[in-house]
Formats: sequence, structure tokens, C-alpha cells
Amino acid sequence: MNIRILKDKIAGRTMLVLTLVSILLAVLVAWGLFYRSLPLLENYSLTDLLTSSAWKPEKGEFGFLGFIMGTLWVTAIAIILALPLCLLVSIYLSEYAHPRLRKLIVPVVDLLSGIPPVLFGVWGVLFIIPLIQDHIAPSFVDNSAGYSVLAGGIVLAIMIFPLLITLFLEVFSTVPRDMLNASLSLGATPWQTVKKVLLKKAMPGMIASTVLAISRAFGETIAVLMVCGGNVPGIPHSVFDSGYPLPVLIANNFGETFSVPLYDSALLFAALLLFVIIFIFNAVSRIILARVKRKIE
Amino acid sequence: MTFETPHIRVQDLNLYYGANHALKNISIDIPDKKVTSFIGPSGCGKTTLLKTFNRLHDSSLEVKVEGKVLLDGEDIYAKGVDVTAIRKKMGLLSQRPFPLPMSIYDNIAYGPRIHGERDRHKLDHLVEQYLKDVALWDEVKDRLKAPASRLSIGQQQRLCLARGLAVEPEIILGDEPTSALDPVSTQKIEELFLQLKEKYTIVLVTHILRQARRVSDYCAFVYMGEIVEFAPTEQLLLDPKEKLTKDYVRGFLS
Repeated sequence: MNIRILKDKIAGRTMLVLTLVSILLAVLVAWGLFYRSLPLLENYSLTDLLTSSAWKPEKGEFGFLGFIMGTLWVTAIAIILALPLCLLVSIYLSEYAHPRLRKLIVPVVDLLSGIPPVLFGVWGVLFIIPLIQDHIAPSFVDNSAGYSVLAGGIVLAIMIFPLLITLFLEVFSTVPRDMLNASLSLGATPWQTVKKVLLKKAMPGMIASTVLAISRAFGETIAVLMVCGGNVPGIPHSVFDSGYPLPVLIANNFGETFSVPLYDSALLFAALLLFVIIFIFNAVSRIILARVKRKIE
Repeated sequence: MTFETPHIRVQDLNLYYGANHALKNISIDIPDKKVTSFIGPSGCGKTTLLKTFNRLHDSSLEVKVEGKVLLDGEDIYAKGVDVTAIRKKMGLLSQRPFPLPMSIYDNIAYGPRIHGERDRHKLDHLVEQYLKDVALWDEVKDRLKAPASRLSIGQQQRLCLARGLAVEPEIILGDEPTSALDPVSTQKIEELFLQLKEKYTIVLVTHILRQARRVSDYCAFVYMGEIVEFAPTEQLLLDPKEKLTKDYVRGFLS
């Protein structure tokens, strides 16, 4: 056989194997988590685990609702804060900013994404917590220590800022310049062009970017741990309540309290929950994405 | 060659892309309700010149423009000019058709809508009228709600022409509008130009000399950012005065 054809075959097969291995890894992780959660699932009904918020491992009470809600609150706040701001910043940089300004700002944004999460955590403790405690919370509630889901959401929002902006800019750059020019040459203002053409054409990519950012927000641990004040499990009732998201639960307790029966199983169930939440979230957004794509194409 | 009341008059126009002097001392009169074509080799500046007419260079900020472009006697580069109003007067047809990411209907209605037309019946009427003007109505009347991207590329280019006409421009700018089209679609566009010149001033950038000859009344030869010669089309192509033009139309220059 011709040697270059042989090389091509080998390359193709090798890449196939590597692809399969990477998929297998995800399956293995899910299976491993499920396997280790089994002891808990055999002793409690899934409904109880998901709908109760009572968390007293030493008394055998495992209710995950508080942690699930903590995760959802923090992530929702982060995305509600980050999305509009990132959108406007990206539109400005892509359509309005002078190229020189763009060249100056984009590397700074990239740099932000390289800052380790723990620094965001410290920054949150030093600036966001006092800000909430002294200035924001007093206008709404009587008493807040500042450590809250709001603080977690704000810090997380700032952490996903650079990711979202970079992704949005990338998506905008795929919209053909001539398509935008077509709109402009009909006498549309740049803002009309942004609203009716750019955002419409970029919508599928923007959804995909947002999904990526939210997925990242779901799993973020250390910075959230530092500002959410999660020591007392429970469902947050306002944005000024402390929260205890799933990743924080795992990081705080893993490896420490395994003398308590079923505790380790419960923590791995928490990990499984996180996995499932992200999985479902990604699946749903893929369906939405396909719909949007079909609609505009 | 000058005209008494040109639709567009360019006076001493210079354009720089950063350090690159892309257009040099351009002065030309574009006559009213005629087809004027710009010919010349790739990169000679003919498209750049066309884009100065509706200020499409505004969005690329490295570009510097000096000189005047007078539209019915008014300088479109003067301070305080409403750029959108100028652009509304000119329909642009680009090299490849770029239908907007919406339905066939919405593509045509886009222009009237951004300029404030809300009346449903009026929009219906406009869409039909302009699709008929570009001989597309019969092909698409049953699927007006379908995405414009599903049309063939030749149909898309006619759609883009109709979209441009729908803002009631005075001028049509064509930037090699047939370069991506097959011969049949090309012929349709050329026929449309010949019909449309009764109502519109048309400026056509092309690298096909036969197209310039078939469609245009006047022709300018652009080379290295300068207008070498401007004359009635037949004269420029068959009996050019300048040596450079002669070389180009005979195929020695590219």
C-alpha cells in the first residue's frame, strides 16, 4: 500500500480512538458519581432528597434543595448582571469603538480571564461585601452581613465578563461586514443595524456563548465560597440571604467528615446533581439553538 | 468631460488607507439618469471610489477622505451632513448578494420600515411592486415568508436590488454586481439596469469590458487610483485617447 495513504489511515484511526476516549471519560465520570451515590439513593427517595432542605448529616437528614437553590440563585444573578453589560460592551467594541481603542481594551479583557478565581474572591470580600453591607442592603433589609447570594452573583458576573465579551466579539466578527453595509446603505443608523441585523444574525452564536458562560458559572467554586457566606444550609429567600451552592458544599466538606454514615455518598450525589444540572441545561439550550438557527436561515 | 448638471460631481478627491494613497486627485461628473461604468484592473480603486459616494468608508476609521463629493450640488462630506439621508438616496448592490437574515418580505420591507413606514397594506403593496420591478415576483410570491437565504444566488441579487429600490433612491451603485452570478442571472441584472436607467442614475463598477459596453453610456478607466480617461463608452472602448487605456482595453494591461 502506498505509504502516504497508510499514514492517512493511521492518523484517522488514532484521532477516532482519542475522540472516543474523551467521550468515554465523560461517561465514566457520570457513572462513577452515580455508583458512589447509590448508597444514599438506596436509603432515601429521590423526591425527598430533592425537595427537602433539611441538612443534618449527623442525624441522617440529607435535603439538597437549599444547595440547588443556592446554585441557581447565584448563577441567575450572575447572568442577569453580566449579559446586558457584556452585550453592550461587545457591541460598542465591535461597532462603535475606534480601532485603536479596541486594540487597547481587548487584551485587557483577555488578561482579566487569566486572573485566578481566588483573587476575585478576595476582591469580593474586600469590596463587594462592604458595599452590600453598608450601602445596598440597608435600603432593602434590616440586617445583612454582606455575605450573600448577591455578593456571589456579582463576583461571578465579573468573572464571566471577559469570557462573554471575548466570545461575543468572536461571534460578531463572523457576521459579514457587507451584510451590515447593506443595512447601512439603505439608510439605517448603526444602532438600527445592530438591532435588526447584527444581533439577529449573531443570535445562535450568542446563545451558545451564553450557555458556555453559564456552564462555567454553575461550577465556579472558590470565589463563590468566599463571598456567599455558605455555612448554614438553607434556601435563600432574598438576594441578601447567604447561599450555599452545590460546588461549595462539596469543597467545604469533602474528605473531612466521612465518619458520618452516608456523608461521602451525599457529597458525591451533590456532584452528580451538578453534573446533571449542567447536562440538562446544555441539552435544552442545544434544542433552543437549533430552533433559532432554523428560524433565521 | 464635464456635464452641466451632473448628479454626482467629484472634485479633487483623495483617499488614504493609512499610508496608502488609494485615490489620487479624482474629479469626475456622473451624469443624471445614465449608466456610468468604472473599469480597471483589480485593486485600481474603482470600488473604493464607488464607496465614497455613499460614505461607506465611514465605518472603517483608518480611512481619510479629502476633497468634495457633490450630490446635486451639495457636499456629502461637509460637516453636519445626515449620512443616513445620503445613503437612503443610493441603492448599493455588492459583489455578492447579502440578503438580510430575515424573510423575503422583510428584506424588501426593511428599508421602508426603518424610515418609518408602518402601514401593513402599504408595505404589502411596496413589496409586490419592487419584486415585480426586478422580475422576481412570480418566482417568490408563494413563499414571501421564507428566509431570503433560501433563494438562489441570482435571485438573491435581484432581491437585493429590489431592497435597494424600496427606499426610493435616486442613484444605484453597483459594485461588480454580477461577478458571483451565472450568465443567465447576469443577463437578467443587465437587462434590469437598462430598464432602470430611465428612472435612476446608475454607477457600475465592473471588470468585464463587454458588460460595460452592453450596459453603460459613459465609461471611466481607473488605474492606480487615478482616472485615466472618461468618455462615452463606445469611444473609450473602441477609440481610446490615452495609451494606458488603449493597452488595457486591448488586454495588454492587467
